[in-house]
Amino acid sequence: MWFTYIKDMIMNQKTIQVDALESEAIYIFREVQAQFEKPVLLFSGGKDSITLVRLAQKAFYPAKIPFPLLHIDTGHNFPETIEFRDRLAKELGVELIVRNVQDNIDSGRVKEESGRYASRNMLQTETLLDAIEEFGFDACIGGARRDEEKARAKERIFSVRDDFGQWDEKNQRPEVFDMLNGRIDLGQNVRVFPISNWTELDVWSYIKQENIEIPSIYFAHKRKTFVRDGMIWSAADEVVYRDEEEEVVERMVRFRTVGDMSCTAAVLSEAVDITKVVEEIRDSTISERGARIDDKRSEAAMEKRKQQGYF
Amino acid sequence: MKVLKIATAGSVDDGKSTLIGRILYDTKSLTDDKLEAIEEKSKQRGFDYLDFSLATDGLVAEREQGITIDVAHIYFSTPSKSFIIADTPGHIEYTRNMVTGASTAQASIVLIDARNGVVEQTYRHFFINNLLRIKDVVIAINKMDLVDYSEEKYNIIKGEIEYLASKSEYKGQNLTFIPLSALKGDNVVDPSENMSWYKGSTLLHHLENLETQHINDASQTRFPVQTVIRPKTNEYHDFRGYAGKVYGGDLEIGEEITVLPSKTRSKIKSIHFFDKEYTKAKSGSSVTITLEDNVNVSRGDMLVKVAQEPTITKQLDATICWMDKDPLQASQKYYIKHGVNDGQAKVTYLSSIIKTDFSGIEENPSALELNQIGDIQLKLSKPLLVDPYKENKSNGSFILINPKTNNTVGVGFIK
Repeated sequence: MWFTYIKDMIMNQKTIQVDALESEAIYIFREVQAQFEKPVLLFSGGKDSITLVRLAQKAFYPAKIPFPLLHIDTGHNFPETIEFRDRLAKELGVELIVRNVQDNIDSGRVKEESGRYASRNMLQTETLLDAIEEFGFDACIGGARRDEEKARAKERIFSVRDDFGQWDEKNQRPEVFDMLNGRIDLGQNVRVFPISNWTELDVWSYIKQENIEIPSIYFAHKRKTFVRDGMIWSAADEVVYRDEEEEVVERMVRFRTVGDMSCTAAVLSEAVDITKVVEEIRDSTISERGARIDDKRSEAAMEKRKQQGYF
Repeated sequence: MKVLKIATAGSVDDGKSTLIGRILYDTKSLTDDKLEAIEEKSKQRGFDYLDFSLATDGLVAEREQGITIDVAHIYFSTPSKSFIIADTPGHIEYTRNMVTGASTAQASIVLIDARNGVVEQTYRHFFINNLLRIKDVVIAINKMDLVDYSEEKYNIIKGEIEYLASKSEYKGQNLTFIPLSALKGDNVVDPSENMSWYKGSTLLHHLENLETQHINDASQTRFPVQTVIRPKTNEYHDFRGYAGKVYGGDLEIGEEITVLPSKTRSKIKSIHFFDKEYTKAKSGSSVTITLEDNVNVSRGDMLVKVAQEPTITKQLDATICWMDKDPLQASQKYYIKHGVNDGQAKVTYLSSIIKTDFSGIEENPSALELNQIGDIQLKLSKPLLVDPYKENKSNGSFILINPKTNNTVGVGFIK
C-alpha cells in the first residue's frame, strides 16, 4: 500500500519483499537440515539444481551450506556442465561428491544400452542408489518440479523411498499445511523437492532476478547438430549414436533442459542472454520435457523410472 | 507475481479433470506437445471430443480406471495472477487427500453435476471446506448442457447449498454459484451464450479477482524457530541467528518479544535475509533473526510479540480427520508434530464422530476409521504453544504420526 511505502521512506525502513515460492523453498531446506542426519543435494549442473544451490545458500547464510553436493556423472555430460560444476563447488566451499556410471558399466553391474537410442539415463539410478548406501544419506534433495511431468505432479515435497529406492505412489504421506514428516526407518531415505511448486518460467525468472550464473549451453550458440524424429540432437561429441545418412548441420541452438547428451535435445533459438531466454520461455508453445528423449519412451516413462528409484 | 492456491473437489464423473483441462486449454496453458498427446489418446479411445482429463490424471492406474487417485498439482497463469490447483479425488475413500489438497488453499471449487444435484459427496466436500475454513468457495454447477441450460435446475441446487451453509458453524465463507459446462466451455473462461439468464462472472474471471491473502496473514504474529544458525567463522564468530518463517503480522527491529516456552523477554536486534539486513519482515517471509540478549533459543521455540502469547498447554481438544487404515482408538500413543515442534501424544478421549453429511454426531464411538472426522482429547508429553484453528490456521493445526509405521495418520484442528 502507498501509505506503508511512504512510511518506509520516512522511517528509512527496509521491508523484505515476500516471494512465496522462495520463502517456501527456504523453509523446506531448513526442515531438511533440522530433521535429518545426513542430507545431500543432488547436483546435476542443470538450471534447477543451480537454483537449489542459491536457495540453500539463502537458507543458511551466513553459515555455509551444511551438506555436500552429489553428482551422478553418466560420463556423457556436456563438458560445459562439468566445468561449471567444479567451479561452483569450489566457490561455495562445499564438498562435491562425484560417482560415475562408467564404474558400474566397467564392473558389469549394469549393461549399457546399444543402438540408435542408447542412453545412460536409466543407468544413473543404480549409481545413485549405491551412493546413497555408501554414504548413508537419509535425505536427497532434488530439483524436480511438479509442472514438469504428470507423474511428478503427484509427488510429495518429502517423498519416502525404501531400501530399493522405490516410490510407492499409492501410499504417499499426506502433507498438510507446512508440516513435513521426515520420520523414516533405517535404510529408508527421503527425496526432498524444495522447488516442487515452481514452474519452468518461475525458475528462469528467478535466475534472472538473482543474476545467477548458469552454464553457457543454456544460451543460444552455434553447434553441430542433426535431426531425428523431429528433434535436434547434438553431434558435437562422439557419445551420441548417429546413422551415416543423418546429416550434420551447424545450427543456432540452445538447451532448454540439460540431462546428458544422449537424452537431451536442443531447440532452435536466438536467445543469447537471460532476458531473451525468459521471453522465449514465456512465449513457448512446447513443454520443457518435450525436449527430453527419455520421456518419449512411453506414456508412463517417468512413473516407471520413479518406481525404480530414479531422481 | 501473486499466487492463488485453489483446491478442487467433486464426485466421480462430475467432470473435475475435464474442467481443469478446459481451463488450461482456454488460457492457452497447454503446450502443443501436451495437446497433441491428448488428441492422440482421445482418438485412440474412440472419443469424438478432447478428453482433457488426460492432462491431469498422471498415474497409470488413474488412466486405466479413468479416475483420480492422488492429489495432483496443476500450474497456470494469466497476466494478473499465478494459479496452483490442487486437484483432489472425489471418492469417499480419498477424503484424506481432499483435506491434504485443501489445507493451504485460499479458495476452493466444489463441482456439482447439474443432472444429479446435491449428492452425498457434495455434503462431504462442503463440510471439509467449512472444517478447513476456506474463505472463498465456488460452487460450480457443471454439465449445464445436459439439462438444457435450465435456470430452474441451477436455482434448486443453489437453494440446497444455501440451506447447508445456514447449518454450518463457519459464517465467514463467501459462496459463489456459477453454472457452466466444462466440456463445451460455457462460463469457464468465456461467458456462455446459452445462459443469458446468468449475470455473474465466468469462473476464471471470478478467480482472477479473488484476494491472494495468505491463509495466515490475518492472524497474530508467530515465529517458530526452525533451526539456529551459528556460522562459527572469524567474520561471524558470535553470530547466533534464529531461522524461521514469519506467520501473521510483521516483525520489526527493536520490537520487544517473548521467547516461548521459557517466557524470556528480549528485543529484536537484527533481521537478515541472505546477505542483506532489513528493518522489517512481513508475514510469509523466511528470515533469520538475532536478539539483543543472550537467551537460550532452540528448534521448536517460538518468538511472539509481547501481549500476543499463544496458549501453553499439555492437553489438546481437537477435531481430527483420520487418514490411516489403522483406526484411532482411545489410549493409543502417537507422535505429534505441531508446526516445527515434535512431541508425543496419547489419546485420552474419543468423544464423537462428526457426520460429514451434516446429520449430527455419533457419541462415544469405539474407534475413528479412515476418512472419518471426530472430536478427541490428547495428553501431551511436553507443552505445545498453540492457538485455536479458527484464529490461526498454521499454529492451530497438527498432525499425528504412527510410531510403528512413521506414516502421517491424522490431521487435527485445535479448538
